[in-house]
Amino acid sequence: MTEEVTISARNVIKAFGQGSASVRALDDVSVDIRKGEFFTLLGPSGCGKTTLLRLIAGFEMPTGGTIELDGVDITTLPPNKRPVNTVFQSYALFPHLTVAQNIGFGLQMQGKPAAQVKARTNEMLELVKLESLANRKVGQMSGGQQQRVALARALAPQPKVLLLDEPLSALDLQLRKEMQSELKRLQMETGITFVFVTHDQEEALTMSDRIGVMSNGKLQQVGTPKEIYTTPKNRFVASFIGETNFLPGTAEDGAVRLSNGDRIAVETLRAVDKGRAVTVTVRPEQVRIGPAGKDALAAKVTSLVYFGTDTHCHVALSDGTEIVVRLQSPASGDAGLSIGQDVGISFGPGAAQVVED
Amino acid sequence: MARSSFSVARLPGFATTAVLVFFALYLPIFTLVAYSFNASQSVAVWGGFSLEWYAKAWDNQQVKDATLRSLIIAVSAALIATTVATMAALGTTRRREFKGQGFIYVMINQPLMVPEIVTAVALLILFGILKTNAAEIGGPIGYFVDTVMNKGLGFIILAHSAFCIPFAYLPIRARLEGMDLSLETAAADLYATPWQTFRRITLPLMAPGIVAGAMLAFVISLDDVVITEFVKGAGQDTLPTYMLGQLRRQLTPEINAISTMLLAVTVVLLTAFFLLTRKKD
Amino acid sequence: MTQSPAERLQIRRSARNGWWLSTPALVLLFVAAAGPLVIMLIYSFLTPGQYGNVVGVFSTDGWRGIIWSKDIFTDEYVLADAHMTIFWRSLSLSMMTTIFTFIVGFPTAWFIATRPPSQRAMWLFLITIPFWTNLLIRTYAINEVLRKEGLVNLVFLNLGIIDQPLEMLYGPFAIFVGMTYVYLPLMVLPLFAAIDRFDMKLLEAGYDLYASRMQVLRRIIMPIVKPGIIAGSILVFVPSLGAYVTPRVLGGGKQMMIGNFIELQFGQGRNWPLGAALSMALLVVVMIALLVYVRYANKDGGKHHG
Repeated sequence: MTEEVTISARNVIKAFGQGSASVRALDDVSVDIRKGEFFTLLGPSGCGKTTLLRLIAGFEMPTGGTIELDGVDITTLPPNKRPVNTVFQSYALFPHLTVAQNIGFGLQMQGKPAAQVKARTNEMLELVKLESLANRKVGQMSGGQQQRVALARALAPQPKVLLLDEPLSALDLQLRKEMQSELKRLQMETGITFVFVTHDQEEALTMSDRIGVMSNGKLQQVGTPKEIYTTPKNRFVASFIGETNFLPGTAEDGAVRLSNGDRIAVETLRAVDKGRAVTVTVRPEQVRIGPAGKDALAAKVTSLVYFGTDTHCHVALSDGTEIVVRLQSPASGDAGLSIGQDVGISFGPGAAQVVED
Repeated sequence: MARSSFSVARLPGFATTAVLVFFALYLPIFTLVAYSFNASQSVAVWGGFSLEWYAKAWDNQQVKDATLRSLIIAVSAALIATTVATMAALGTTRRREFKGQGFIYVMINQPLMVPEIVTAVALLILFGILKTNAAEIGGPIGYFVDTVMNKGLGFIILAHSAFCIPFAYLPIRARLEGMDLSLETAAADLYATPWQTFRRITLPLMAPGIVAGAMLAFVISLDDVVITEFVKGAGQDTLPTYMLGQLRRQLTPEINAISTMLLAVTVVLLTAFFLLTRKKD
Repeated sequence: MTQSPAERLQIRRSARNGWWLSTPALVLLFVAAAGPLVIMLIYSFLTPGQYGNVVGVFSTDGWRGIIWSKDIFTDEYVLADAHMTIFWRSLSLSMMTTIFTFIVGFPTAWFIATRPPSQRAMWLFLITIPFWTNLLIRTYAINEVLRKEGLVNLVFLNLGIIDQPLEMLYGPFAIFVGMTYVYLPLMVLPLFAAIDRFDMKLLEAGYDLYASRMQVLRRIIMPIVKPGIIAGSILVFVPSLGAYVTPRVLGGGKQMMIGNFIELQFGQGRNWPLGAALSMALLVVVMIALLVYVRYANKDGGKHHG
């Protein structure tokens, strides 16, 4: 993966409908996708991630803004002229063709000689391990097999970018996990830029080099999984990825004062923000429970939920603010806490972040 | 800033062709209707708007007789075909498929598969045998064959009833298959006998399908040319066969007027049929 | 799982009810539709009577008369050229009608199927009305368009494209136009049904894989809607082969098709056995075409739309 940019979307707007009823599926989105990376567009349904993908593929045209591929403006180029291929959510395999014919289709359309088509098709069959099914009609195959055919078909023409529209959503959990590592392996082997769309944040975190979190047609944050998780830029990103606690308060010098008077040290607070109402976010696994003391926030245990590997402990601060703490369950299964117990809450260094609302 | 979109469903020239086709489909009919209002006899020159041809048609005794005959035949054939088709539809739906059911389908749909000229000729032969032998058979049967069937419109009605059956059958069957069985089960649960269930629940629910089937059968019978032409006796013209005869002689816009009226009836019935069979969820 | 005696009784009773309810329809159809065909078959093996009808003498002349005619002088059987002309004319006109209705019908069906759902019912209704209109009226309407003082000539003369009115009626061309006009909806409706079931996402996949619009049409759309194409073709070819009214009205007396030729045998031709034989032959050809379709539909049906 290099720093070189392959896809560049600038100020992209996509509106549907007319006049006052018009809705913006994409509202001024700009993003750079780097060559050779596994980039994921993540967000809830309706956030615009699929729309952006379709704009890159060429099935829709933006209402405003531009899209460039390796420096070439492809904004109004029809899809069959873009060196970009798609793996569809419903696979869209051609039912009247065999697996091999499906895979070779793109190369045939490009007018490649028959020998080359055959050779490349065999390469792809090997890549996705479907050699034995080459002459089978696609209608009689399982979901997982169809998915691999769709993948091979999209990779065969050696596109500059591969677009994947929630390709794993129709698979059961076991198969999905297998395909996730398959896809990652394929991407690293072929070195092709993957743009992957999903609403499953765990999927995004495990597979991506970088993630673009979207909501309501806007790009909320772009970064590596670690960056997104540990330093979420705003409330949406913080709550969409993983679990988090939100603590409202007022900004002070290098700290935030909660409504009950407790003070939380926050490293990244700027001097300018003093006096502003802010929200602190802390991941549950970075909250420490200890005995009540002067360096810790006073809290009472309100409930304990046993999850097997984890135990979630809900505590309430003196003003009622609830904090969820994630503990690793001890061998005995008993966390040694009881409901109503007075405890002290503290946070690891740098764990407390301030987010925009 | 609007951009042109890439429409996947667009194929070059297809929309233009389609619109031209619709245009070409209706143009001849409009021409025919337009000329029915032509005041001048010569169909080339437009002599001004006139209803004289409609008046002539209304006055024409042959036209009136033919129309009456067409109506009698169509109503009778529709009634017979619909009744018989309703029973057949009830017998072939919503039950476990039984041996020979396929044979019943083939028989019921057979008029749709056999060219009309073939049926027409076969009926000509059969009815011819019956007509010539009616006198020899004698007695009430001979009398019946001679009067009702031959001189009455019996043979024609018989022929029409037969080929109208599939047209009545299909909408009724479609309606039956879409019906909710649980309603009849509920009726049985509430102490209704099978006959009561049929009369009070099934039949009313089937009604739109039956009416649609009857209307379709009526239109088909009204429009029939070939079979009627071969099966009719002397002086037994229906409206279409009368028109066919006229087309051989001189053409006046009277034909256009008659055609337009027949057209209007068909369109009205069809619109009603369409509205009746629209799925209301 | 074996059925209990009570279950079997119920199944038998249900089947019996089914038969009883269907009987009136079956009787009517046998008497006035299917049965007469048998009588016609018998007639085809009899001898023509003096003034029409038949005499009860067995003969294969009826069937032989389809292709051969007896030379009145030498009593030899020679190939009946006139018959062959009629058969060839019927076959070629029917095929041309089928092909042409497909060429214009496919875009029409595609158009209707790709309208927004709110409009689709209206377009379907518009294509269906002509189908239910009286065949005679529709044929006569073409007459109004094609004759010397008809619409086409009127327009061409006024536009100065021609000096003299064109003689378009009473020839194979007029019959061809008439049959195309009359049978077009029969091609469009099955095509529409097939296209309606087509998965439009496959088009996106095709374009994504560098296909041009023509390639998408040829390599993706056509193969998948083939059952609809076959159905439409049969629905046009069969009735046009047996056409009677259209060639009679638009062809004048001279341009006979099989239907008219059959009628002739029961009129002036006074050869009922020949007429019966011709009808049976026509029926056989039609049945073969239908069987071909059914076989094809069952072989491939359902698999492409899973």
